Amino acid sequence: MYVQEVKTASLGDRPVPVVVEDPARLAAFEARVAADEFVEPKDWMPEAYRKTLIRQISQHAHSEIVGMLPEGNWIGRAPTLRRKAILLAKVQDEAGHGLYLYCAAETLGVSRDQMTQALLAGKAKYSTIFNYPTLTWADMGTIGWLVDGAAIMNQVPLQRTSYGPYARAMVRVCKEESFHQRQGYEAVMVLAAGTPEQKAMAQDALDRWWWPSLMMFGPPDDQSPNSAQSMRWRIKRDTNDELRQKFVDITVPQAEALGLKIPDPDLRWNEEKGGYDFGTPDWDEFFAVVSGEGPMAHERLTARREAWDNGAWVRDAAMAHADKRTARVAA
Amino acid sequence: MSRELPLWEVFVRAKNGLSHRHVGSVHAADARMAIEGARDVYTRRLEGVSLWVVPSDAITASDPGEAASLFEPAEDKVYRHPTFYVVPDNIKHI
Repeated sequence: MYVQEVKTASLGDRPVPVVVEDPARLAAFEARVAADEFVEPKDWMPEAYRKTLIRQISQHAHSEIVGMLPEGNWIGRAPTLRRKAILLAKVQDEAGHGLYLYCAAETLGVSRDQMTQALLAGKAKYSTIFNYPTLTWADMGTIGWLVDGAAIMNQVPLQRTSYGPYARAMVRVCKEESFHQRQGYEAVMVLAAGTPEQKAMAQDALDRWWWPSLMMFGPPDDQSPNSAQSMRWRIKRDTNDELRQKFVDITVPQAEALGLKIPDPDLRWNEEKGGYDFGTPDWDEFFAVVSGEGPMAHERLTARREAWDNGAWVRDAAMAHADKRTARVAA
Repeated sequence: MSRELPLWEVFVRAKNGLSHRHVGSVHAADARMAIEGARDVYTRRLEGVSLWVVPSDAITASDPGEAASLFEPAEDKVYRHPTFYVVPDNIKHI
């Protein structure tokens, strides 16, 4: 799963303090990054680079963690033991992805608890895709196929992102993500080849997830104010619109092979550009969902808060036990 | 708020015969929990046969600002490499 780095309201509202940085160091940094060198945790870096990375990596991590909820919703109702084992493994992977990413962000000087608190307080963003409900079993297959497919498209170039720990986390994530997409496509294949009711269920899921999946690549390039700087710093390697086009081009034939119809009346092959023309996602809906108005936003955060609060005694007990043992060894 | 669980760096040996290699970190109250957490986070697909966990604050790293003085002196000591020495072609096994 993946989130495009989204500008948070608090940063837009307040004037950002200008940090005066040594121009020579800044120039040396820019040159290193332009030469595709990796930046490592203890290296000098501009404050804005550090802040942008903390925001992007933590949003990415939060998306993995919140992304466990819509799928966890179906573990107890998976149609067969095989599907249940697969879904459990996938949800466990999402937890792992969140943890790889949190640990990459921590190397930039933010603590795990600070990030968790920002999420629970509703101050941090996560991918808008997880604020949509998972209504039927077909949603599980469709999420794997489209949402994880879009995530792969976003994450593959991030394996070469300029910040070393982020790039390394992405290598691990990408290896595992491929399983997510293939199991999803296979699950949709079974439904699409099933009874008319099953095929209708697969079509309904595609109808609901198509546009939110296209929105996963973030706002159009001309409305993505942070993109240019992030490209220059090699935090991002492709623009939102480039990745969205690539996703549409590879996904349409996959839908055709299933005998399902992409819910876009404007979709047609454009011979000249060698890609599909397609309709415009509802960006008003996107920005509303980013700011927490998605149908499931409240439920997602409530679930995370309950998990954190209900686990507090376990964390405290583990620490008390560790303290007691340390004291005993010292005595 | 409760205290944050301490941070541990995780090292995995992919198979016997290879060294442990740094893969990431986990938060855990003690070493035993760190091993268990590292097992779930970093070895879900047979990535290793052995784990090390080390408290992150026990690691001392060299300062990137000193990288030049630490590592550049090796650059002009090419005589430390065997290819620096010219030996005639007819001399074998050397």
